[in-house]
Amino acid sequence: MEWHDKGYILATRKHGESALIVSALTQTRGRQTGLVRGGAGRRKRGGLQVGNLVTLDWRGRLPEHLGSLTTEVLETPAAALMNCPDGLAALSAACAVTEALLPEGEDHPAIFHGLAALFGVLDDADVGSAYVKWEMGVLGELGFGLDLAACAATGETENLTYVSPKTGRAVSAAAGKPYHGRLLALPAFLLGAGAAETPAEVVDGLKLTGYFLESHALEGRAGRLAARDRLVERFQAKK
Amino acid sequence: MVTSDIDRLITLLAKLPGLGPRSARRAVLYLMKRSDSLMEPMARALDAAAANIKTCAICGNLDTRDPCEICTDDRRDAAQICVVEDVADLWALERTAGFKGHYHVLGGTLSALDGVTPEDLRIPGLCSRIQAGGVKEVILATNATVDGQTTAHYIADRVAGLGKDVVVSGLAHGVPVGGELDYLDDGTLTAAMKARRPLS
Repeated sequence: MEWHDKGYILATRKHGESALIVSALTQTRGRQTGLVRGGAGRRKRGGLQVGNLVTLDWRGRLPEHLGSLTTEVLETPAAALMNCPDGLAALSAACAVTEALLPEGEDHPAIFHGLAALFGVLDDADVGSAYVKWEMGVLGELGFGLDLAACAATGETENLTYVSPKTGRAVSAAAGKPYHGRLLALPAFLLGAGAAETPAEVVDGLKLTGYFLESHALEGRAGRLAARDRLVERFQAKK
Repeated sequence: MVTSDIDRLITLLAKLPGLGPRSARRAVLYLMKRSDSLMEPMARALDAAAANIKTCAICGNLDTRDPCEICTDDRRDAAQICVVEDVADLWALERTAGFKGHYHVLGGTLSALDGVTPEDLRIPGLCSRIQAGGVKEVILATNATVDGQTTAHYIADRVAGLGKDVVVSGLAHGVPVGGELDYLDDGTLTAAMKARRPLS
């Protein structure tokens, strides 16, 4: 069996002396893995960096086999981010989250295109807001979307400042006040098209999406998200 | 008995990078044919290396002395510390003879997938060296990979958090000496264009 696609490299793991097991989010086949012979060698290593967009030619006897991959680099988003710590941290976190969330072979073109859009703005000043919105989109695509249209208690559409951790629905300031300690903060930038005005808003957004990622989408597999933790730490340090 | 010794040697040699069982067998045959001139001196050298080589408690370099020769060399500038991932990187920089400061070997890079956290690297040791005073510049010479640069930015933040007056710099990324643009990969060209500098 053979297939051809393009995809973003999410993770690589050395296999033997010179081969790499590459996990990539493909455009039409979801997350796929394969063995790249010589991938850890000097010639190929640079093209197999996390976040790179590559063409993928997969060959294996059965679809469930690991299969062998040949790749060719199309885009290298990380190369432009070597001196951009926030962008690099967001790229690593997005790849780690995608790798942890998606089962192999489940088609999610929306997440592929979302990742492409995120990688296009990683060197912008608003990378934190873009990243949080990308995670919101991923949660929605996986069936854990947050409903921020109206207050779950009163139906109000104004002054939405909280999210219920149980339902994932917005709660207005007045209705949520008595439960302040138990509700998650809803940063204003998630209600509109704008960006976060302060790093504190980005941290609130990351805590919000992080809660639903860990408790619902990942179901206790959050130990694999060290890269995301470092992104949160970066924005927490700026508060 | 003889066969088992040879087999053991082949098995051990086959564990070296670049050698498989077939090439290990050839190497063992070659060694046995040159027992006096090669095998015995090599065995003695291996024995001595295993007994004497230590990891420098200051920088993490491998040497027969602890602290290592580089850390105890008075002619070197102790105000500059070059941070590298592995001892192989330290040796590569030493071959250039272009740096006369001190080093700090991290022992790897931060890697979410492999579970390498800041605590697994020698970052606290680096912070202690800076806090002890006398360091004016920390040069982050980690590899130009996502993990390498993520580690560099993490260390830069940690050093800044120490509140010491220390300059943190990183190696340039771009066109290698003798490199032709037509043959360079897109990533290197992008990095080179981003890191362009005035010539006059």
